[in-house]
Amino acid sequence: MLNKIYDWVDERLDITPIWRDIADHEVPEHVNPAHHFSAFVYCFGGLTFFITVIQILSGMFLTMYYVPDVENAWKSVYYLQNEVAFGEIVRGMHHWGASLVIVMMFLHTLRVFFTGSYKKPRELNWIVGVLIFCVMLGLGFTGYLLPWDMKALFATKVGIEIAASVPFIGELIKILLAGDATIIGAQTLTRFFAIHVFFLPAALFALLAAHFIMIRRQGISGPL
Amino acid sequence: MHRGKGMKFVGDSRVKANNRMVNMPKDYSEYPGKTEAFWPDFLLKEWMVGAVFLIGYLLLTVAHPSPLEGPADPTNASYIPLPDWYFLFLYQLLKYTYASGPYNVIGAIIMPGLAIGALMLMPFLDKGPERRPSKRPLPTVFMLLSLAAMIFLTWESVVNHDWEAAKAQGEIKEQVDIEIDETAEGFLIFSGEQGKSCIACHGADMQGGGAAPALVGNELTAEEVAEVIKNGRGAMPAGQFAGTDEELQVLAEFIASLKAEE
Repeated sequence: MLNKIYDWVDERLDITPIWRDIADHEVPEHVNPAHHFSAFVYCFGGLTFFITVIQILSGMFLTMYYVPDVENAWKSVYYLQNEVAFGEIVRGMHHWGASLVIVMMFLHTLRVFFTGSYKKPRELNWIVGVLIFCVMLGLGFTGYLLPWDMKALFATKVGIEIAASVPFIGELIKILLAGDATIIGAQTLTRFFAIHVFFLPAALFALLAAHFIMIRRQGISGPL
Repeated sequence: MHRGKGMKFVGDSRVKANNRMVNMPKDYSEYPGKTEAFWPDFLLKEWMVGAVFLIGYLLLTVAHPSPLEGPADPTNASYIPLPDWYFLFLYQLLKYTYASGPYNVIGAIIMPGLAIGALMLMPFLDKGPERRPSKRPLPTVFMLLSLAAMIFLTWESVVNHDWEAAKAQGEIKEQVDIEIDETAEGFLIFSGEQGKSCIACHGADMQGGGAAPALVGNELTAEEVAEVIKNGRGAMPAGQFAGTDEELQVLAEFIASLKAEE
């Protein structure tokens, strides 16, 4: 039955080359922890992606309750945390995932650095990786404000002051982020929400796609 | 593409009717070493690593609920801010003389900018063919130094932060919502001539204010309340109540009755 469905689709769309390309790439011995335990360092990239997927899923569930508005943002998070069934778990996974994804990404970066895998011909993939790192830090920074509690507000104030100290364009960056030259308030919260939920994830998806397509194109770097 | 052959007319599919690829895995026996296919052999192993990781992750989530402080209050001028832990090293950097104040641009823009820029341009700074860390000492040493600096700055930031005060300043203050019986004898004394100085600080709604705590939702017995009224406590001076001892007794019992429901 499944074979027949597959054949029916394949006859029309020729999906076999796509599927074979995704499924049928070689995994060399030196990156396989089943053969060399020390190869676990090659898992960090995959684990980063794994947590990213969890972040996307838990984030989608969080937006079912979260209200990006100064009156209700904190209340909605409090309600989610204390009243909603498993709300504490969903928020907890998103909260700890945000930290773990930074840790795993950092370890992945160090692995690529110390194995010299960024060298020709993989320069472009390294640059895309560093951009992903920046996007992740941006997600961490914007997400920190969203619960709209004391530490969120005051950490964001400091962060925006640092952005404002950029020569020449600092003031513009500040107004772009905060929505106002002086106030950190309702505008800032909705902007950070939009950046955290739409702009940065869109950039992240594009960069991840480029990252993975390049890995598939070039294959994993050889043993040292 | 066969130059139009095999296509009957414009708009026909580019997928040809025959010569489709057979869905068969590659033969890995000719690859070096113990190379294996990603699907399903290696993915299964990766999945096991992921499962072990997920267990640790969930244990962390269950053991440490994510923190939530009191709602944001922009009027609070005494709050000591702290960023998330992975920004602590940058935050600490800005506390040093030549990275703050008039030199703020150095600590906030130039140093992080140089670090990110160097990281981004790594492949063009370190162009040699050598991959082993020991064969390219400069990049290795620079990276180890940056790592040490980040760890040191984060450490300094953590030991210099007053975690007790940070915990206290962020605490969620419970808003106690208790019906006050405004016809009770105790309330009449509180709002009457005898209780003038009570209202001045604790407010007519008994919710407290800048100088005094809320009276509703207190955790004292009637005797303890009377004691506080007579002798004062903390910022509250002694002997503020102007009424008689009987009135004091009634007032103390009234205030002690304003408990949050269990």
